[in-house]
Parts: sequence; structure tokens; C-alpha cells
Amino acid sequence: MPDEQAWREIAIGGTEINPGSTERVNTGAWRSEMPIIDFSRCTHCMICWVDCPDACFEISDTRLAGIDLDHCKGCGICAAVCPTHCITMVPESSVPVKSSESGA
Amino acid sequence: MTLKLRELTEKTEQFGSGHALCAGCAEPVAVRQVLAALVNPPVVALATGCLEVATTRFPDTTWKVPVIHSAFENAATTISGVEAAYKALVRKGRMEPRPLTFLVFGGDGATYDIGFQWLSGALERGHKFIYVCLNNEGYMNTGIQRSSATLLGAWTTTTPAGDVRPGKLQWHKDMTRIIAAHNIPYVAQAAVHNWKDLMTKVRKAEAADGPAFINVITPCDRGWRFDTDKTMEVSRLMVESGLWPLYEVENGVWRMTGGGQKRRPVIDALKSQKRFSHITTNGDESVVAEIQRRVDAEWESLQQLCEMSARAESES
Ligand SMILES: Cc1ncc(C[n+]2csc(CCOP(=O)(O)OP(=O)(O)O)c2C)c(N)n1
Ligand code: SF4
Ligand code: SF4
Ligand code: SF4
Ligand SMILES: [Mg+2]
Repeated sequence: MPDEQAWREIAIGGTEINPGSTERVNTGAWRSEMPIIDFSRCTHCMICWVDCPDACFEISDTRLAGIDLDHCKGCGICAAVCPTHCITMVPESSVPVKSSESGA
Repeated sequence: MTLKLRELTEKTEQFGSGHALCAGCAEPVAVRQVLAALVNPPVVALATGCLEVATTRFPDTTWKVPVIHSAFENAATTISGVEAAYKALVRKGRMEPRPLTFLVFGGDGATYDIGFQWLSGALERGHKFIYVCLNNEGYMNTGIQRSSATLLGAWTTTTPAGDVRPGKLQWHKDMTRIIAAHNIPYVAQAAVHNWKDLMTKVRKAEAADGPAFINVITPCDRGWRFDTDKTMEVSRLMVESGLWPLYEVENGVWRMTGGGQKRRPVIDALKSQKRFSHITTNGDESVVAEIQRRVDAEWESLQQLCEMSARAESES
């Protein structure tokens, strides 16, 4: 959390002025299963991108580049909708923990 | 108008991550699809509900576009005020005219029940805005209570299923047709699993000459009792079973969309959701049969409206 605000410092109406600031919340810690992409079979169709509830698919020049694991909640929707079945959900405990996810 | 996903990925994402909606929730999927489809920058009003609560936890926000939340019931009125204020500022020369889309997201509780008269008034006054109902058939944010959108036979915390009652006793309100009776330029039903159909409808709604309403089925894994990875499959089953037909009413012309003419039995959709397990597994088929009968009748009436529209169009 940033520094706690005293009530006098809070903007009138409770205005939130930091666009997209929930990105500092590590919802990746919710996950019990992790999506793994087999890029050799990915056609870059972007179905996973358009169906992810957590906007986790990283795109580079209209090609799929990776998954934002600090926010992926492991729902498995991407694996279920991928037309080429190139996303696999694996138990979280079977992959090494990333440093940003360990210190909850 | 063709929508290509790879081109759409080039647009800067206007709704981020780190929100507190459940894993697998359909609401943020619908929101991301709506925002990706818009041509103009939006000004958004939110009704109270899962989406609003989980994306605007003070002092944070998931949104990268202006968002106003006032109360549970009055999002349509709030956006009416924004639209009227914008027009007044332009008229008085205090603001340059600019392309803007005024947009509302409200749940089914907010739309079908508590915000109904506010929405009806805003539509009748003719404000230029898009109202998107995120219909998960219940008051999910406060713990899965029944709403007037909840299906017959569904378990909710206020329609418990047991020896005395088989879940909800009433047939749901047909909100989309009630909105169509306001004779606004654009009304549609959409579903999250069919991004192309949904986004095409958003483009039409944005281009409409007046208010537009899109009712999106957004399956709630928590309240409908299905696994988090099944959201898109459940959405598809709702459509394919005729429980949620995809259609639009464009300037009074009724049209089926999304290629959904063939139908499968409602039991296929009901079985995918444990909120119906008491009526799909207890051996008493009467509630399922009643749902099928009502769905068949509504489907027939919808086909007739579409045929009448097609005939009127070919004659004119
Ligand atoms: C006037 C008023 N009554 C009740 C509430 C409590 N409340 C907050 S969210 C909510 C349920 C919202 O249901 P819905 O509109 O269907 O949205 P969902 O959470 O299902 O997406 C309720 C009852 C409130 N905030 N204001
Ligand atoms: S859905 Fe599958 S094939 Fe398509 S972009 Fe995603 S990972 Fe690649
Ligand atoms: S598992 Fe769910 S949250 Fe994670 S990337 Fe896939 S769709 Fe997104
Ligand atoms: S309760 Fe349902 S609608 Fe609310 S966040 Fe969870 S899945 Fe989404
Ligand atoms: Mg609801």
C-alpha cells in the first residue's frame, strides 16, 4: 500500500486518479495452476487474449509474446479456448516460484 | 466492417489487471471486448455490483478511461447528466466538440430491477449513450441473491432448493424485449464467448443515432457453480440451447445473429451449471420440461418477429 491518507487529504468524492493502478496488486498469488504456452504450435490468433478476464496476454507487434504471471489468476479459460490446444495448465507447485510472487 | 483480433491488439488496453473479480469471471471479459471495439474514447458510468466494487477499491482503479460511480440504481441517469453537460459546454463554447462515447455498465440487478425506471427514462429522453447490461442472472456481489433475470429452477441463496421448493419459482423478465419496446435505434443480446458478434454489436451501438442497449450474458462461475475454466463453454451452451438467443433490433428490424439457428436441448446448458443440479439429477423432469416449453415458445415468437421484419424490409 502507498502511504495511508488522512481523511482531509482524500479528494472530494473519493476520486481515484492513478489510471490502472490496481496493477500493483499481485493477483498472481491467487493461482493454483499456471498456463504454459507451447509457442511452436501457437498461430497468434489472439483468442486467448480476447477471452482472458485479467488482461494477461503480452503482445509484441501483433504477436503473442508471453503471459503476465503477476496478474494471471490461473482460471484456465485460455487453455480451454485455444484452438490449437497449445496452452497447458500445470500445478503451481511443479514450477519454480518467481521472486515477485514469493513474498506475499 | 471487419473486426480482426490481431489489429485490435494494437489498441492500448483501457482496462487493466490486478482487479479483484473472481478467477474466470466473465464480466471483465465483456468489458475488455466492449472497450476494444469502441472507435471513440469512452466516458463510463458504473452501477454498483461486482465490476464496480472489484475494480475501484480506493485508492486504486483498474480503469484507464474516465469512470463515474454514483449509486446502485442510477448509472443511466448519471451518464445522461454527463452527456447533457458535454452538449451544454460545447453549445456555450466552453469545450471543443470531440468524438466521445458515453457508456454504462450495470449488472442485471442494477438493470432489470433497481435501475429500471432510471434506464427507461434515459432511453425515452433519447440521450446518446450505450447501456451494457452484464447479465449474470443474480445479485452476485452481495452473495448470489435471485433477481428478475434469474432463470426458473435456479438455486440462489434466496431461492434455496430443497424438498419444498425447486429453486426459483418464477419465469424471468425479458428485459431485452422490454427495452426494444422503447423504440430506440439499437438493441441486442450478446454473449462473451462470441467476441466477434459482441464487438460488431458494440460498433453498431456506437454508430446508432440515439440510445443503444446491449444485454450480455456473463456467466458467473461462483454463483452458477461451475469450474473457472468453463466460462466460455457455459456461455456457448446458454446460446446454443436457446436460453440466450443472439439477436439485434436495428431501427425496428429484428434479426438473429451469430449463426445461431440450430438449437440443442436446454438440459445441456442446465447440466453445465451446478445451480441446477437439483432439477437435472433428481429424476423429476417437470421443471426442465417447463423450461424447455417456455424457451420453445419464446424462440418461436422471436423467429416470427424476425420473419415479419424480413418481409417488411423486402416489401419496402
Ligand atoms: C440502494 C442499494 N441497495 C443495495 C445495495 C447492495 N448491493 C451492492 S451490489 C449489489 C448486487 C448487484 O447485483 P447486479 O447488479 O446483478 O451486479 P453483479 O454484482 O451481479 O454483477 C447489491 C444488492 C446497494 N449498494 N445500494
Ligand atoms: S489461443 Fe492459442 S494459438 Fe491462439 S494466440 Fe493464444 S496460445 Fe496462440
Ligand atoms: S489462466 Fe486465466 S487469468 Fe491466466 S492467462 Fe489464462 S485466461 Fe488469463
Ligand atoms: S461473484 Fe460472479 S460475477 Fe462476481 S466476481 Fe465472482 S464470478 Fe464474477
Ligand atoms: Mg448480477
